[in-house]
Amino acid sequence: MNNKDGRIDFLTTRLDAVVDLARRNALWPLPFGTSCCGIEMMATLASDYDLARFGAEAMRFSPRQADMLLVAGIVVAKMAPVLRNIYDQMGEPKYVISMGACASSGGIFNVYSVTQGIDTILPVDVYIPGCPPNPEAVMHGVLRLQEMIKNGETNFQKRQRALKGGVEIASAERPSGRSTTGRQG
Amino acid sequence: MDVRTPIPTNGGDWQGRFKDGWSEQLAQLKARFAADIVETHVPPEYATDVPIVFVRPQGLVSILKFMRSEPGFEYGFLADLTAVDHHPDEPRFEVVYNLYSLARKWRIRVKVRVNEGESVPSAITVWPGANWAEREVWDMFGIKFAGHPDLRRILMDERWEGHPLRKDYPLRGYQIYPTPEQVKPELLE
Repeated sequence: MNNKDGRIDFLTTRLDAVVDLARRNALWPLPFGTSCCGIEMMATLASDYDLARFGAEAMRFSPRQADMLLVAGIVVAKMAPVLRNIYDQMGEPKYVISMGACASSGGIFNVYSVTQGIDTILPVDVYIPGCPPNPEAVMHGVLRLQEMIKNGETNFQKRQRALKGGVEIASAERPSGRSTTGRQG
Repeated sequence: MDVRTPIPTNGGDWQGRFKDGWSEQLAQLKARFAADIVETHVPPEYATDVPIVFVRPQGLVSILKFMRSEPGFEYGFLADLTAVDHHPDEPRFEVVYNLYSLARKWRIRVKVRVNEGESVPSAITVWPGANWAEREVWDMFGIKFAGHPDLRRILMDERWEGHPLRKDYPLRGYQIYPTPEQVKPELLE
């Protein structure tokens, strides 16, 4: 490309590094806010904390247009198939952030009606601890995801590498229904 | 009518205001449905806030119908329909009908004791709103309601095994289904 003074500059890099640079700085989140974590997520997006500084402000409520699923809050058993459907409908590349104790592990709701962590139904890249996590923690989670994309550590990138190497990995498959009735403790 | 009249609670001078009316109502019920009433309890002798009428399943619908429309009763509003599991006692379940009279601002409670496998007559003919409440009791406790037109789960997944609010249901009996429920074609009509 021509500089202002007429010199010609150029840059050499790998194509996938450039693609990852673009992807990690333009994450389009799908906000799946089901409880109080959703409020903290909104605070993170608002002007005080301004997630737009990291290129992740374009909220898309259609899974077809989003590439970062931000699960903020409790996912009850009835919601599990809905969440899995949303994840399946997202076009690749797709990344998942599990925000808060409930989404990550079920939190305090250790009962029959609550999913004990969304990683039982879909692959998760970043877990943000907290009940709810404060906006700084959410920003840290988004920055961590950007770092992971840079280093090729996300589940999507691992899946791509595995497919290139001709190896199928289990997390790409849809898990079948699990029934643990009768298990005590 | 004074709209500020308090509903029966354990506070205030509720006892003097309602005591005569309650005993009169219970006497009337006992005289009319002697065979179907097991026992009756009135506060403060019994640990409750409103009178409780224990009835037999076969007389339930006629008693509820009587209490809904009879002058002097007029319990027109089925405030709640739920159940209690007394496992391992026998009989195991109590189905509870909390009634409220919008006209008189009085409350009363009707209970039916049933065992595992027995069914309770459906109250839909008395209150159509009992439909979903009975479905919830079936979903959570597995108590069947005879004469219910559409007794299937209302809250839990259709593929769920067991009834989660039973005392013998495992504490961490998770059943997570990642695939959606299939909608039955006949429900779409």
